[in-house]
Amino acid sequence: MPANQPHDHTDHDHDHDHDISHLLEPSHEGANTLQATPPHVHVDEEEPITRQPKQALRIGIGGPVGSGKTALVAALCRTLSKELALAVVTNDIYTTEDADFLLRHGVLPAERVTAVETGACPHTAIRDDISTNLEAIEELEEKLPPLDLILVESGGDNLTATFSRGLIHQQIFVIDVAGGDKVPRKGGPGVTTSDLLVINKTDLATYVNADLDVMDRDAKAKRGDLPVLFTSLTQDPAATSVAAWVREKLSEHTH
Amino acid sequence: MTHVLEEDTRPRDSATAAAESAGSTASLRSMSALMLLIDGRFPAGGHAHSGGFEAAATNEKVTDIASMEQFLLGRLHTTGLVAAAFAASSCLAFGRAAAATDDAGLAAFTADLGVLDDEFTARTPSPVLRVVSRRLGRQLVRAGRRIWPHPLVDELARLPGQGVHQPVAFGVVAGAAGQPPVLAATAAAQESITGPATASVRLLGLDPFDVNALLARLAGDVALVATRAFASASSSPADLPAVAGYLIDISAEVHATWEVRLFAS
Repeated sequence: MPANQPHDHTDHDHDHDHDISHLLEPSHEGANTLQATPPHVHVDEEEPITRQPKQALRIGIGGPVGSGKTALVAALCRTLSKELALAVVTNDIYTTEDADFLLRHGVLPAERVTAVETGACPHTAIRDDISTNLEAIEELEEKLPPLDLILVESGGDNLTATFSRGLIHQQIFVIDVAGGDKVPRKGGPGVTTSDLLVINKTDLATYVNADLDVMDRDAKAKRGDLPVLFTSLTQDPAATSVAAWVREKLSEHTH
Repeated sequence: MTHVLEEDTRPRDSATAAAESAGSTASLRSMSALMLLIDGRFPAGGHAHSGGFEAAATNEKVTDIASMEQFLLGRLHTTGLVAAAFAASSCLAFGRAAAATDDAGLAAFTADLGVLDDEFTARTPSPVLRVVSRRLGRQLVRAGRRIWPHPLVDELARLPGQGVHQPVAFGVVAGAAGQPPVLAATAAAQESITGPATASVRLLGLDPFDVNALLARLAGDVALVATRAFASASSSPADLPAVAGYLIDISAEVHATWEVRLFAS
């Protein structure tokens, strides 16, 4: 029996030899959830789990509910998938909604999108216990080598949610104009320390009485030299400025 | 902790006192590792799973402390007992291999775990729960080998395929954390009820004091289950406990098809 083939235990007893390599089982989960039956895990016997210097650049994308994280991921996929080998891990709170969105909009083929379930605590999965996300990332890296870029989208959370440095190399925090122009002033680790702060939905500013200058001033005051980008993904569905930032980080990463 | 002993310059009454002190230090050190291992914040993926509680809350109306107690008792004395027995048995295998000085010890370790893994699969009818158990096993190995580095835990990470079931991995990681098999069993038994208890607080907003009081009341049952599990641990893997609550397995299959759920299982 080939080592990587599932086999049925109903037609035989357990007298056969107990080589662990045959212990594979079919997936009973949705096609796009964390792959249940990778062909193998931990392929590199020297350093199967610790981080490799030449691995794909991992960028975390976090931010409050509804700020446009998934729309940004979709935009980056559309813009960058032509030039880069990329994959996405989503962290939905309840469902595979975000992963489904990416698939429905055809921005990436299904095998490049993995959904991680977070047990009612999206920040835990990206910060305190990153093991499920690491599994998802390594499965993608093994399934689709070589990858240049992996986007890890967090579940919608609050202003305190940040990614563990053990999970990602760079993190983007996405807030939006419609959430109120006070959000940058309120600060929190996402606003203050993320590698890039994206303030999305600028096209809505006039409708919600948000002052972009105030947001810019407050963000700069909180972040010092760290970059801030204003976007409107409805006006620029390519997320041109964010994609340029990602390219810059990618060039730094491979050097 | 050894530096504490080395730096202790107080006059010693007797060699006995020094030996007692050393013994007690070792035991406290082991206890510290145990507390780390079973802390709900231990980064091995458990937080995303409810141990069947989410399904039971909806399907079986386990929605208050009284029904929660029945659920936890059922889980502890079935899957909890099985998990504890397998953890104790794989912890024994770890101890044998760690004491061995030749390659035969390593080969025996891999073979022992293979048999345990097959036997645990046989005790897990639900394909969904098999997948979940292996995934949690991988996540535990991932965490364990970084936290308590040991060649035998590395060996688990090197296994081809999907790795071993969570309780089998748990016994090995517990061994690497310096735990004897009886404590590996106790920790596994305890974990079989703390996961669902945490999930109940998140899912239903049950009073966390009531939930923790319930866990405290179940300490005697945990001890009973751990004792039974440890007593069976040195028997042949085929003779390890094989008790189950069918609804846990059936509900897990149904739960996996829900479109909206808070927990992965």
